[in-house]
Amino acid sequence: MGLKEKLHSFKEKHQGKKWLPAFSAFHTFLYTPNETTHSGAHVRVVDDLKRTMNTVILALVPCLIFGMFNAGFQHYQAMGQAVDFLSWETLSIGLLKILPLLAVSYIVGLGVEFIFAVIKGHEVEEGYLVTGMLVPLIVPVDIPLWMLAVAVVFGVVIGKEVFGGTGMNILNPALTIRAFLFFAYPTWMSGDKVWVHGAVESAGTPDAISGETILGNLAQGNDIAYSVSDMFFGFIPGSIGETSTLLILLAGLFLIFAKIGSWRIMLSSVIGALVMGLIFNAVVDAGWVAETSKFYALMSTEYWQHLLIGGFAFGVVFMATDPVTASQTDKGKWIYGFLIGFISILIRVFNPAYPEGVMLAILLMNVFAPTIDHYVVQGNVQKRLKRLKEKTA
Amino acid sequence: MGLLSKKDAALISDPLADNNPITIQVLGICSALAITAELKASIVMSVAVLFVLGLGNVVISLMRNIIPSKIRIIVQLIVVASLVIIVDLVLKAFAYELSKTLSVFVGLIITNCIIMGRFEAFALGNGPWRSFLDGIGNSLGYAVILIIVGFFRELLGSGTLLGFKVLGDPIEKTGLYATGYENNGFMLLAPMALITVGIIIWVQRSRNQSLIEDN
Repeated sequence: MGLKEKLHSFKEKHQGKKWLPAFSAFHTFLYTPNETTHSGAHVRVVDDLKRTMNTVILALVPCLIFGMFNAGFQHYQAMGQAVDFLSWETLSIGLLKILPLLAVSYIVGLGVEFIFAVIKGHEVEEGYLVTGMLVPLIVPVDIPLWMLAVAVVFGVVIGKEVFGGTGMNILNPALTIRAFLFFAYPTWMSGDKVWVHGAVESAGTPDAISGETILGNLAQGNDIAYSVSDMFFGFIPGSIGETSTLLILLAGLFLIFAKIGSWRIMLSSVIGALVMGLIFNAVVDAGWVAETSKFYALMSTEYWQHLLIGGFAFGVVFMATDPVTASQTDKGKWIYGFLIGFISILIRVFNPAYPEGVMLAILLMNVFAPTIDHYVVQGNVQKRLKRLKEKTA
Repeated sequence: MGLLSKKDAALISDPLADNNPITIQVLGICSALAITAELKASIVMSVAVLFVLGLGNVVISLMRNIIPSKIRIIVQLIVVASLVIIVDLVLKAFAYELSKTLSVFVGLIITNCIIMGRFEAFALGNGPWRSFLDGIGNSLGYAVILIIVGFFRELLGSGTLLGFKVLGDPIEKTGLYATGYENNGFMLLAPMALITVGIIIWVQRSRNQSLIEDN
């Protein structure tokens, strides 16, 4: 008897046991389940939830690896030491800081999922696979591990399990986790210390280094100190995985190609952001904003540069397109995406305390997604009723 | 209990658990969210509601046969308002700092749904003694939730209880803070009060499944 049959017969033998969902979760990683449907029409597809999730994770891996190099690179840059981007020194810092974050995110998050699966007696849901990967990519590199653990428990339980688990959640779990961290421990999630490894420890000493992000600097009225190519390729401080617009763009194309990410949402978000950026640029050009205004630096930022800085690109490609929390209708997706882009830039400019507007914009639109869908569907119903009336009249 | 008949005792014990005004009837949520960032404020608020609801129920019960039903809401409001003004003035006189923390929410006891709810649902149809017990029971049920929420929010949000630094000093990094622990600022914001109340509701309903409403 091969391993495959052994595992299958093991499962049959322990049918109905409490911990079986936990076993099944690992089992289906390796093999297709051996249950067959006995009645009714059914469709078998290869791209089930687990495969879909794996595809997204695949798209995230380049961002993660780049983030590891970048974490070390930013550290040495801030210390004033010249170092190659692709070198062992940069990678080792990245590995040392980011692997624990990844481990905490997965162990705690999957732990909660397993506990809930065993209590409720259903299969372990795969929803956390992507969330667990996203979480380390959207936090600053120096965040304490226990804070991440607390936030993950909160995000998975309150953000997802109370609504009934994967597929039932209203808010994107990864962003719920980030928002929790943001409001619970603001000193670790914003400001000029946390974005570069070593800046927290060195604060107040003569060797103090700054770890401010571009958005943070802009909010204080400073100019962008990085070239456009740096911002595009991602050699800038920021949350771990969101700095490289190039890699995110490639990942986005990959997701669209694999028909997992919605191109409607991505495109309309970008349009929304550009429109808001253009409006702000126009306001500045018209001279309606004094240069002394605290909004001036962010408002006068070239409209297209908003796409390169901060977590906008990452949020739009990986979070706004979350199939559970986004709008489901095609027309709804256009509205949903456009408003995400529009509101992101709006929050960025007008609320310097929350420089990362895209997180709040996506969470806000998550809440409105069902409403948008409702009106899109109702609009369609009305249209068809009218047509019916004209025909029968 | 020898002091109270079984029926009367239920008036006090029911609202504490299976008929809790906050977690079951979902009344009086606004104040539960607004003033529970500190345990002390929760306690004072509970005492204030205890006073207003206990006395108010008696007053309304005594007048229940002479209040014309068309204007009963106005009469009820006048009774609550006068009692609340007494509470407000007492707080201002003896606990000025606290009355500042509670600010407008003392005044808003007038609109606390629990109070109007009990007047309408109970005091208008029962005698003064039973109304009094009902008022005490419901305000104790309100108090229990407020104190639980206040306890967790103050402990996790500020690391204190009734103002005492039970977890150590966050600035000098003593006690728990020496290990790198930090206060959870989110606990001090109103959304977290809502979530805490939600968790209490969750725990209560999973312990007592009969409380879960049918869909």
